[in-house]
Amino acid sequence: MNRWIFDSLWLIPTIPLAGSLLILSVNDSRRPAAVALAITGQIAALTLSVFAFLPTLHTPGFRVVQNFTWFTFGENALRLGWVLDPLAAVMLMMIALVGLCIFVFSIGYMAGDKNFTRFFAYLSFFSGAMLGLVIANSLLLLFIFWELVGFASYLLIGFWIERPSAAAAAKKAFITTRIGDMGFFLGMVWLYHSSGTLLFYDEGHGCVENAGLAMLGVSATFIALLIFCGAMGKSGQFPLHVWLPDAMEGPTPVSALIHAATMVAAGVFLVARVYPLFSLGASNGVTPSLTVVVWIGVTTALMAALIAIAQADIKRILAYSTVSQLGLMMVSLGVGGVVAGMMHLLAHGFFKALLFLGAGSVIHGCHGEHDIRKMGGLHRLMPVTFSTYAIGMMALSGVPLFFSGGWTKEEILHVTAHWPASPIPYYLLLAGVVLTALYMTRQIIYVFFGRQRAASERGHESPLVMTMPLIALAICAIFFSVVLAPAWPWLHDYLTGEPVRFDVARLIQPMLFLSLVLVGAGVAFGVWMYREVGAQDGRRPADIDPLEFAQPKLFRFLENKMWLDELYGYTVIAFSWVAARLSDWMDRYFWDSLVRAFGGLGQLFGIVTKGFDERGINAGVDESTIGARRVGRAISRLHSGQVQTYLSIIAIGVLALLLFYAWLA
Amino acid sequence: MTPTLQIFLIISAALFSIGLLAALSRRHAIFILIGIEMMLAAANLNFIAFWRFNPGSLQTTGVMVAIFSIAIAAAEAAVGLALVIAVYRHYRTTNVDQLDQLKG
Repeated sequence: MNRWIFDSLWLIPTIPLAGSLLILSVNDSRRPAAVALAITGQIAALTLSVFAFLPTLHTPGFRVVQNFTWFTFGENALRLGWVLDPLAAVMLMMIALVGLCIFVFSIGYMAGDKNFTRFFAYLSFFSGAMLGLVIANSLLLLFIFWELVGFASYLLIGFWIERPSAAAAAKKAFITTRIGDMGFFLGMVWLYHSSGTLLFYDEGHGCVENAGLAMLGVSATFIALLIFCGAMGKSGQFPLHVWLPDAMEGPTPVSALIHAATMVAAGVFLVARVYPLFSLGASNGVTPSLTVVVWIGVTTALMAALIAIAQADIKRILAYSTVSQLGLMMVSLGVGGVVAGMMHLLAHGFFKALLFLGAGSVIHGCHGEHDIRKMGGLHRLMPVTFSTYAIGMMALSGVPLFFSGGWTKEEILHVTAHWPASPIPYYLLLAGVVLTALYMTRQIIYVFFGRQRAASERGHESPLVMTMPLIALAICAIFFSVVLAPAWPWLHDYLTGEPVRFDVARLIQPMLFLSLVLVGAGVAFGVWMYREVGAQDGRRPADIDPLEFAQPKLFRFLENKMWLDELYGYTVIAFSWVAARLSDWMDRYFWDSLVRAFGGLGQLFGIVTKGFDERGINAGVDESTIGARRVGRAISRLHSGQVQTYLSIIAIGVLALLLFYAWLA
Repeated sequence: MTPTLQIFLIISAALFSIGLLAALSRRHAIFILIGIEMMLAAANLNFIAFWRFNPGSLQTTGVMVAIFSIAIAAAEAAVGLALVIAVYRHYRTTNVDQLDQLKG
């Protein structure tokens, strides 16, 4: 059984991918068939993931690889492979499980859409590509799936292609991530050049194993940074984060699956997968590449959390919170807490999918309204959505003890506090924790409390098919903490490959109290600040945000995403515009005139040959035909039709012949 | 006067020339046929004369050829007359000047 699943790892991504092709061939009038195919594919992937997960439990530090040769050129062979280790196994479980919940949710959410089956085809395609990404044992294979998920993301962001904003967002996402992917690709080429292999694990010769790393030397830093460019693009790290909030133009289940739980975490996963490249030659756990990761992560985490405070779109707030949390994971990886980062990734996958689906349910209940300022008082109308959303909010804010996000966040804070290079990231992250609690409190007060406003007056609870996945994910968000809590840190030890120990004493740590204080402060400040939203308060009109009233300039700055889109518009985009115009001008006037000159030469030659043809050859042919006709006309005159004339000519001929012979004789 | 080959050949040539002249100059198809018959008769006369003044004249070869030729001439005359009648029925004339269908 175990042997079989190791050999059949490739089936896990293949089943949803094949399902996607099948669904594409289904007519939109057969929706149940498409749903059945998608859900069956996902359940099959989940079942196989469970089978793959079980053997990894028995031995700490378990790892199985299946390598094969893709093609050979000369003496070299390009080898790909699959790997099953704790990192891949937990990712498989998370993706398949969250994916299944979101598939089910989509049945309800997309019920009214005219391209229902196409949506499920794309979702299945994404799911397959993402599952393949996590079990790839080759940087090249990972890159292939990496691009496939990027493509799926492009298709799904632009799913409502008739909206210009969705089409623009899809393009923006694709192009922005491509900038990072170019770095990734260069890093990959450099890595292949230096180490001669792209396999991660190959019996000690893989590029992240000792023998492979030994060949890299100093170049490892640059390779790691180039690969990190790809991770920055995919995981929305500053300065390539701009596509992720725009990606919210896609349907909400897409935002939940791709732009919150799985694909955007692929960057974090990638860094964790090639972590030995980053940590090669570390002194005291600090390397230049890891330091870059930390500072990028910190910048991203804090910047996104600040921007989230001033956003009005329910999904954009969550998008910025995703960016912020991904920054947090990057910090964790950078300071050496790979396991803490991965744990947060997994926990984040569950609770952020929950929050997005909750937001989808709210949008569905408010008839497509995204603006939180027009909602309010929904906790009475949508009790299930409200309670699950609150669980997600507390997990995201990092409320200790009962919520998965709390434990993982403490773990990250713990490792960051011990980073030898600088204490600043630690304090910035603490500020980030307060901000996270603040913006989530703001959002929940705006949406669920207070008076009902324009969009929420006709609000209604979503159907069972949408609330069931919410409940399932809420249960995951809470019970996942069982394997996270330091008293029985099963997931931590499972990922590091140590045997699990049980120790209640470790449950209570100083970080727990610090965390409690910070989150409490954030929530309390939020409640105090936003207690009267939507109503007039003193001199503040009802439709003005309290922060906007107190600090209009700061609010405007944050509301416009720190003017980063405008900055890019005036720098990168303006530059490419100028470059494009320049190339256009070159093309039109320089290259074109060259081409035209050659064309003119050809034309001239044509004219010369034409003249020669007409005056020389044609005239000769004409003359000879005229001559032939003239001769023919003269000869035809002899043919009078008078037999006697012919006969007399014959007679004259015979007479002449006779005279000739007579003369000869 | 002893008949010699020359006399026969001269008579034959004269007969041929008269026939040729008739075939070339007459406009009536029947006269042309008669001219052709005269040329054939001149040829037959030549055959007989060469046979008669030849050393091996005991055999009847020359006479046989002449008789054969006359038979053919009879057949030819029949065909020619039939042609003339057919042409006359078609064109209502036997004047060869007006029969120029072979004109190129």
